[in-house]
Amino acid sequence: MQPTAALFITCLTDQFYPTVGIAVTKILEHFGWRVEFPAAQTCCGQPFFNNGFHPEAKALAKRMIEVFEPYDHIITPSGSCCAMVREQFHHLLDDDPAWKPRMHKVTHATYEFVEFLHKVIKADLSKLSLPAKRRVSYHYTCHLRGIGVKDEGVRLLQQLGNVEFAPLERTDQCCGFGGTFAMKYPEISGAIVEDKVNCIAATGAEALVCNDAGCTMNISGLCHRRDVPTRVVHIAELIAEAMGIDIGGW
Amino acid sequence: MATDQNTTNFLEEAEASKFDFHSISVKAAGDERLRKAVNNAVLRNDAGRKNILNLLPNPLELRILAGDIKQHALDNLDYYLDQLVANVEKKGGQVHFAKTAEDARRIILDIAASRKLRTCIKSKSMASEEVELAHAMEHAGIDVVETDLGEFIIQIDHDRPSHIVAPIIHKDLRSIATLFSTYFKTPYNDDPTHLTMQARTHLRDKFRRADLGITGGNFLVAETGQVCVVENEGNARQSVTTPRVLISLVGIEKIVPRVADLSVMLKLLARSATGQAMTVYTSLFGGTRLAGERDGPEEFHLVLLDNGRSEILAGPYRETLRCIRCGACLNACPIYRNIGGHAYGSVYPGPIGALITPLFQGLSNFKDLPQASSLCGACYEACPVRIDIPKHLINLRRDIVSQHLNGPIERLIYRTWAWGLRFSIVYSCITMFQKWDLRRRAKKTGWVKKLPAVGAGWTQIRDMPAPARKTFHQLWPKRKSEP
Repeated sequence: MQPTAALFITCLTDQFYPTVGIAVTKILEHFGWRVEFPAAQTCCGQPFFNNGFHPEAKALAKRMIEVFEPYDHIITPSGSCCAMVREQFHHLLDDDPAWKPRMHKVTHATYEFVEFLHKVIKADLSKLSLPAKRRVSYHYTCHLRGIGVKDEGVRLLQQLGNVEFAPLERTDQCCGFGGTFAMKYPEISGAIVEDKVNCIAATGAEALVCNDAGCTMNISGLCHRRDVPTRVVHIAELIAEAMGIDIGGW
Repeated sequence: MATDQNTTNFLEEAEASKFDFHSISVKAAGDERLRKAVNNAVLRNDAGRKNILNLLPNPLELRILAGDIKQHALDNLDYYLDQLVANVEKKGGQVHFAKTAEDARRIILDIAASRKLRTCIKSKSMASEEVELAHAMEHAGIDVVETDLGEFIIQIDHDRPSHIVAPIIHKDLRSIATLFSTYFKTPYNDDPTHLTMQARTHLRDKFRRADLGITGGNFLVAETGQVCVVENEGNARQSVTTPRVLISLVGIEKIVPRVADLSVMLKLLARSATGQAMTVYTSLFGGTRLAGERDGPEEFHLVLLDNGRSEILAGPYRETLRCIRCGACLNACPIYRNIGGHAYGSVYPGPIGALITPLFQGLSNFKDLPQASSLCGACYEACPVRIDIPKHLINLRRDIVSQHLNGPIERLIYRTWAWGLRFSIVYSCITMFQKWDLRRRAKKTGWVKKLPAVGAGWTQIRDMPAPARKTFHQLWPKRKSEP
């Protein structure tokens, strides 16, 4: 039977980077998976949890569980939303006996996209190649450390042909996004993202892989303001390109 | 006041007003010289820590073990405190309990007054910073000198430490050379060796004459009644061995059960703090000089500092007391790197400071500190005793909300927003509105340059990408309609 994956698109990817969703869908299909998109999904509750609004976050966590519990594999292109489900839901629902087993089903089924390619699909991308040589760098987003993902993304990226990998200095240093932190403390957040963009500019890369929509908005936002020509992309976009898949539409 | 004008202004401001992290941190983040000085130093320490820890066979397991040792000691603190006190007294030492900072100062000043002690050599100790001991002693007319080079510089400059391990991390060589030239009335010379020798000569004389030594303690060993102090300069060793009377002021949470536990803790402390395998000096001491011994104090006093620790111990934040004050979380923190330590308004800066300062001094007084984090988790990854700092910061934010310490408008916005997200229809209305609004502001360039209200903080620094023409929710049904 064809395995099925449910796509957990996340609020920011939904609105700002829907083509990443298309890329993820088509790549999963390429590897023989059937992809479903539960349309009732909204938000996992991360902004509320992180800002201390825990009863509100709990209500959204329950909703998220209701929407996704029929699935054995839930894939998200965003590390921080994955970490919210996997690492934080239990803080909200551990003491709720009715919800705890349902929560466990969902938390165990949830994967970040790169993690899923690596752990479940065991994807080998070494036969794929970008259409032309490109210098690509990689930003290690913070929430990946929460879910125990290390250099899987870099290794997948380096499998692709025509990728000239440009290591990023302080690759695992936060980009300064931090959700509402970026707006509450713009000066501090600004100093941090400035350091990140300086490091990016120093790589001379044409593309920077960043697998979290929030970080991408932050980093690309300053790259754009500072005229740093590096394009910030999701790894799914590069893989799709190497597969010759059009992500401009279905 | 401090020779560095920025620091002077900064400390004056912090003193004058109620602690206002927001405006202070904004200024600090804009101070290029400060950012550079702090960044250079902490990045070096952070890299040093990672390199040396990775040489160990299994650093993660060692950190888990260290956390377990500290947690076990905290979970059974009453038992180990009794054991410690009995063992210190057996060696001829006297133990005092200081409930508050005021008590600690009074106990120590009383000891000094009743023994007519005039000259004190003090080694670096966060507990003494916490209770502002040196100031109190100076005020009481005791000639007290900080003997750690960094702390000595802080003392003669009337400055404040800005890092747990490296107190003068905010200073550069030039400002230290200027300070020494003024203080010692000698020509300006910024050769580090010269400056160190100048301080050394000055301190040697103090070491010879001192009748009181004061130290802190990195660990208290319950089974032997010993204090363990680690350092690189030999000044703490001097404080322990030379003066007639020795006082160690140590927080009650510094207890470990056995000497054997030090083999784990010491392996991690220096590596995490400075990237050293071990500090130059590790002193284990307790009790008084015995017959036939050539050095050591005639009197030894152990002052055990509570100052809010029992309350934390009894509550949900007990784990935070595991902290061994290595400063690794400061070095790892992108925020600390960019604002330095003074902005935190407390002797404990950085991620651990953002966490324990509100616990020690009241959440309502320091409610900005738990917000000053992007929750990136670098601190948790660095912590040798595995304190889950981001988790506790989030819990403090939860307490802020539940105690209504944030504004009513903020509460209203979050609650309404969260309520709306419970309904698909409201979610799509919000995203449609946002899309329309942002795309309108982007004027077909794909980027928004300026946003009002809460969004202003975003566009103050960077541009905001415009949302896509269609959301994924809108795109998906089209796929299904295809054959």
